[in-house]
Amino acid sequence: MACFLVPAAEAVVSTVATKIVEKKEKEQKELKISLDGVNVESASKIPFSQKLKWLNRLLWGGSFLLMFEHIWHGEVVPFFPFLTAASNPEDAAEMLHEMATAGVSMAVLVTVVWLGMLAVAAIIEKRAEKEAQTLAANEG
Amino acid sequence: MTLLTSVFAAIICTIIWYKNAPKNEMKVGILCWLYWGASLMWLIDAVFEYIELGAEYFTPDPADMLNDLYLGLSVVALGLIVWLIILLIKDPKKVIRTALFKKKK
Repeated sequence: MACFLVPAAEAVVSTVATKIVEKKEKEQKELKISLDGVNVESASKIPFSQKLKWLNRLLWGGSFLLMFEHIWHGEVVPFFPFLTAASNPEDAAEMLHEMATAGVSMAVLVTVVWLGMLAVAAIIEKRAEKEAQTLAANEG
Repeated sequence: MTLLTSVFAAIICTIIWYKNAPKNEMKVGILCWLYWGASLMWLIDAVFEYIELGAEYFTPDPADMLNDLYLGLSVVALGLIVWLIILLIKDPKKVIRTALFKKKK
């Protein structure tokens, strides 16, 4: 009915958060890494704001396509009150229930997947650093 | 069916993105985010529908399935249009910019 509004609201919050983090962020320190396991290179990790953008894109992309689905089913209309379920109290209650269940679950799942991506990214970053240290130790 | 269509679109786009990485000239990453985001959200929809319908969820009416496929394909097309607009506006290969100017000899 309007479940996509919950992840869309999260997208607004995370986009604002990204802008704030971007402003406060300092330059990333330089590290020695190995991308191919053979050569050691100098690089810096991508900033956290960049990783926040992954969440923004997932939320905005998903919410946008789901909004299209709701237009398809006639649940979102281009005139006031924009949500057909909002025109009577019974449907509105059902809509709010759906937002509280399916909508919140959508936002939570996308966030959990993003947290998983952060965890995997951290492992890959550590592995690249470790490989560089091993290569440097072997050379020395 | 809508979920399945978007998941397939997401997987295909991710494979194309990975194959061309680290070059990102065609900005296929945009499509990956769009389709994965929608797939995750439709997965939740599917879970809630499964809780409501049980095993019946896996045996939809052919008419419903066709309508869902139609919706899924429309969603994929809309995603492609969004991607195309962003690609042409950002113009990473500077094709549009080059087309707008005539070089003086």
